[in-house]
Amino acid sequence: MTREIAVVAFAQTDHRRSTEESSEVEMLMPVLHEVLARTGLRAADIGFTCSGSSDYLAGRAFSFTLALDGVGAWPPISESHVEMDGAWALYEAWTKLLTGDADTALVYSYGKSSPGSVRDVLTRQLDPYYVAPLWPDSIALAALQAQALIDAGHTDEPALAAVGARSRADATANPHAQLKGAVPQGGYVVRPLRTGDCPPVGDGAAAVILAAGDRARELCERPAWIRGIDHRIEAHALGVRDLTDSPSARLAAEKAGAFERPVDTAELHAPFTAQEVILRRALRLGDDVRVNPSGGALAANPVMAAGLLRIGEAAARIHRGASDRALAHATSGPCLQQNLVAVLEGDPR
Amino acid sequence: MPEVLQAPLVVEFPFTRSLGPVQSAFLTGLREGVVLGVRTGDGRTLVPPVEYDPVTAEEISDLVEVAHTGTVTTWAWNHEPRRGQPLDTPFAWVLVRLDGADTALLHALDAPGPDAVRTGMRVRIRWAVERTGAITDIACFEPYDAEPGPPAGRQPGRHTGEFQNPLTGIVAPARLDYTYSPGRAQSAYIDALATQRTVGERCPSCRKVYVPPRGACPTCGVATSEQVEVGPRGTVTTFCIVNIKAKNLDIEVPYVYAHIALDGAGLALHARIGGIPYEEVRMGLRVEPVWTQGARYPDHYRPTGEPDADYDAYKELL
Repeated sequence: MTREIAVVAFAQTDHRRSTEESSEVEMLMPVLHEVLARTGLRAADIGFTCSGSSDYLAGRAFSFTLALDGVGAWPPISESHVEMDGAWALYEAWTKLLTGDADTALVYSYGKSSPGSVRDVLTRQLDPYYVAPLWPDSIALAALQAQALIDAGHTDEPALAAVGARSRADATANPHAQLKGAVPQGGYVVRPLRTGDCPPVGDGAAAVILAAGDRARELCERPAWIRGIDHRIEAHALGVRDLTDSPSARLAAEKAGAFERPVDTAELHAPFTAQEVILRRALRLGDDVRVNPSGGALAANPVMAAGLLRIGEAAARIHRGASDRALAHATSGPCLQQNLVAVLEGDPR
Repeated sequence: MPEVLQAPLVVEFPFTRSLGPVQSAFLTGLREGVVLGVRTGDGRTLVPPVEYDPVTAEEISDLVEVAHTGTVTTWAWNHEPRRGQPLDTPFAWVLVRLDGADTALLHALDAPGPDAVRTGMRVRIRWAVERTGAITDIACFEPYDAEPGPPAGRQPGRHTGEFQNPLTGIVAPARLDYTYSPGRAQSAYIDALATQRTVGERCPSCRKVYVPPRGACPTCGVATSEQVEVGPRGTVTTFCIVNIKAKNLDIEVPYVYAHIALDGAGLALHARIGGIPYEEVRMGLRVEPVWTQGARYPDHYRPTGEPDADYDAYKELL
């Protein structure tokens, strides 16, 4: 790697069950302004802008072009979009900065799950020949994975409940979280997953600014340097995969350099409790690693933004000196099909 | 805060998809009551079969017939079936490794309750009564206690994948239901239209008035909030003559569709022009809205009779 690139600023909305009073751009724009204000940059100073979102979530065609209204894309800016979580938009921006074409990048993502039924919307990402016609919703697929994990002896229902309880207890310190404090574990949604094993459904947005080298040091007192970042994908057919493991997360972590030295913090994008159990094993996170101090996706899961939130939360901990080396993870697809891992570090204090 | 506007929105589309040779053989086979897998280079049998090896990406096409019985590899009890799912009574989602296969197929298992389901249990296919060549030709699985066995009268093994009238494609219908809410700025616009007024919003930075407003100035990237009533009269900035009748649209052709800059607006909106022969519509024509009883927006715009606007008055709005 020839250029050092860091996350220098992070902002997010309060994540809520519904933002029906706002359009997508109305929800997103304050976050864009906030993240720019943290660096003193104006939209016109940004070298590259990249976003992640999905039109299917709110049922609005070309929603990302309308969201761009909130950026102020005039004179015409260098811009791109991924129909994925914003963590993958950040990956694209990181590569753009690596090329030297830009020194700063604005990355944002947003999701409004409230207008539709996200359980059903997510069925449309599945194999359209053999799987989507059965309409297996996102909780059903996560439940199949959880049962496989229980059958393998890696967890049980009380241990899963504890993951949810710990996440929501930690979220009490996160003013943006949607679900926090003591939350009843509740009944089965799709057995073995109970309400408490599932993420809240909600709306929200996140934004980060990346900068390279000295520019990063100018814009941030303690930049969160991206030491490595990689993403890997597994076969789409669920029956081909070992659902109790995440070889793609492990390989991404290895390529990102996560195993070279221990991390003190990990922000894992595990919308379902059982997925945290899988990721902890795949990423070799010991009990001494602080996992999801933000509360993670079990406390706020704005789809398409929840992965970028993990990178932002990990970076923010480095910015404020609460972490020196953090792992941030994002996932996409059913049952942890695709995984991105970033390793972030602060300069020695 | 004014009441949030909401309306139901249904997004519905039939995806027409072509099939590769392996997918075609598998789905046609289901229609004929035959379950096919595909062999990979390292000798595994994938069911459902795919066109390319998921590990090596090698193109694969050696088909084998597998049994209608199998073993549950994982399950999840679904006590509240959702629209489109295989059964409308509570059922278990299952991954089933059919006898003769090395991978598992996702489907539903019809069982009396979660206590009757476990990983490792034996199941068999319950076929749909009418089969068309789709994964739903398997209606579901059902518990089956007998030993593994071949499909009735046949020995599992190599299969040519050849059938009469093979499928070449499928139509996969999809429907998603939403509750649409337009947000603050567009709600205010729609509320004003209810009183036959057109209200835009002014950018605090560049002062441009957006009609309809979307809540942000796309040039400056800042929120708009100052409401500005524009029109009702305006100027045709440009137009086209529509000669092809649109489906489900009760308007005689030819007619004129125009960009109209309402007085005070910073950009043009578009609407139909009526009350004038189409060949007489021109740039600069002054127009006003025509409302019909109970309408939520102007039916069309008609000439006001004023002299045409000077080109300089609207050239920035083209």
